[in-house]
Amino acid sequence: MRLYILPLRFSDKNLLNNLSFALENSFKIPVVISSNSFSLDGGMDPLRDQFNSTWILSQLLKSEAEESCKILGVTSVDLFVPVLTYVFGEAQLDGRAAVVSIYRLRDELYGLPKNPEKQKTRLEKEAVHELGHTFGLIHCQDPRCVMYTSTYAEEIDFKSREFCSNCSSLLEKKKEDLLNKERAPLKD
Amino acid sequence: MSLQEKEKSVNILVVDDEFSVRDSLTKWFKSDGYLAESAANATEALKKLQAGHWDIVFLDIKMPGVDGMELQQRIKNIDPDIVIIMLTGYASIDTAVKSLKEGAYDYLAKPVDPDYLSHLIEKIIQQRRLSRENILLKEKIQELNLTGQTIGKSPEMSKVFELMKSVAATDTPVLIKGESGTGKELIARTIHTRSSRRFFPFIHLNCATLSEELLESELYGHEKGALAEALYLRKGKLEMVDGGALFLDEPALLSIKAQTALQRAIETKQFSRVGSQEIIKVDFRLISATSKDLEILVKEGAFREDLYYQLNVFSIAVPPLRQRGSDIPLLANYFLSDMAKGMNKPITGFSAEALKFIEKYDWPGNVQELKNAMERAVVICQGPLISASELSIPVMLEIPLNELSLEAAEKAHILKVLERMRWDKEKTARALKIDEDTLQSKIEKYGLRK
Repeated sequence: MRLYILPLRFSDKNLLNNLSFALENSFKIPVVISSNSFSLDGGMDPLRDQFNSTWILSQLLKSEAEESCKILGVTSVDLFVPVLTYVFGEAQLDGRAAVVSIYRLRDELYGLPKNPEKQKTRLEKEAVHELGHTFGLIHCQDPRCVMYTSTYAEEIDFKSREFCSNCSSLLEKKKEDLLNKERAPLKD
Repeated sequence: MSLQEKEKSVNILVVDDEFSVRDSLTKWFKSDGYLAESAANATEALKKLQAGHWDIVFLDIKMPGVDGMELQQRIKNIDPDIVIIMLTGYASIDTAVKSLKEGAYDYLAKPVDPDYLSHLIEKIIQQRRLSRENILLKEKIQELNLTGQTIGKSPEMSKVFELMKSVAATDTPVLIKGESGTGKELIARTIHTRSSRRFFPFIHLNCATLSEELLESELYGHEKGALAEALYLRKGKLEMVDGGALFLDEPALLSIKAQTALQRAIETKQFSRVGSQEIIKVDFRLISATSKDLEILVKEGAFREDLYYQLNVFSIAVPPLRQRGSDIPLLANYFLSDMAKGMNKPITGFSAEALKFIEKYDWPGNVQELKNAMERAVVICQGPLISASELSIPVMLEIPLNELSLEAAEKAHILKVLERMRWDKEKTARALKIDEDTLQSKIEKYGLRK
């Protein structure tokens, strides 16, 4: 099992490398920055001037054939799902793909001075959060847990990068199940 | 909260003809741990609504066939408690107002702000939890008020229950007459809990403690600074009772001045707080209880006639316990099991001898005295059955019918007073109007023991 990071209109290599390191640390699985990027044009909604994150998820699934892998799209464009005005990211619950955007994690969007460190931390937390969903984790009630739901940027700052003990054990169990599934064909 | 707990608590149905809306909303709710499903049209939605339990329904207003507005009415017929949130791509004030009038909880224009949606769901869940708790608490209170408090199978009590039943649902003032300890307040509370005013306050006005000085402040309340000690605004009992029932306990104990003030307030159902000119109108039902014969007091000029007629529209006479002998074992057993349960003691009943004593005693303090005796017995009882010696009732001194001498009567009387005074010899001597030495010699003479 490995995790692929796909940059989608995302050029900050330092940020990607940092993210790769942070995800490897959180999930304890190998992380690879993939070059299988694709055009986002098909997901653009000209009326909203935003990109449909559900469409991006469908494209991410096509980008990597490896069944057991997780794929995280990282982008700088503004994301939406049709019924909501915006999303920070989207993930398949108990699935393979997730996408996260840095667009609304930047302080300058809210008229505040740039804060690259905060932006980096928010991206890491949201990426861990969305990938957590792909491992079947739902929103957690513990406000310090990374799976706690955040609907505005400052809310992300309150939670930690870590999983609470409950989410952590659920994650470990899920990883074990996936690894067993991965090994299963070898036993036959 | 685990996924299972959340799924149990809130079920959400999304009804929209647009796949992307159904898909994104159900995914959003599932990631929050709720059980979320969707329906593409009214027919599919109605099938799901009838097949399962739903807490919240998101409903698109514009759908082909049966639209959201019509479906909203049908959903309300299936389950009026379902929270409906209307969704529309075309925000129009008219439609919003109409849907809210039809009972929708909120109205959202697509696309929805995710922060608003999250808070909306949290608010609904919190309100539903509070509302459920409220219903449970009200049921519990009703149960507490009705259970056991007015027990009786005797013809006398059956008549009282019939009267309570017929008057409870009306708004008629009720006067409950009966000796002390017959449970007049419980009857008043039961009438209130069976009336349409049951979810409004039951305010107890204890006339025995209502002095003339306190009367106005107690009844009408006061503004801050209206009186020397009025540091804060205080609502009076008449203001607090609005919508509920005012229970006047022993109105015969009110002074004529107090009766006049009360009579005026009852008649007009309006008053002003002390220190204020503002007229406050209130609506309440009047329930009174008396152990005195108000009619006689009226004739003697000690009770206002007009107030008497205001109180005595429908009267219920509660018989003393000695007149409803068949209820005594019933009540004794009820109090015994209730108290044994409360004190966690494995007591199952009375010995045959104890039961005989309970039935024979005339219970001058009525149900209250019986209840107190049972409580004491449960406290000291060691075995599974309460024995005669564990009952502190004077009837324990059995006087053989052939012993009708003055001495036997004196022995019985001294023991009775000793029991009443909990064997405090000084008090007993004072009550008997004899000195302590005389009492001691009589105790020895008759061989009286605790």
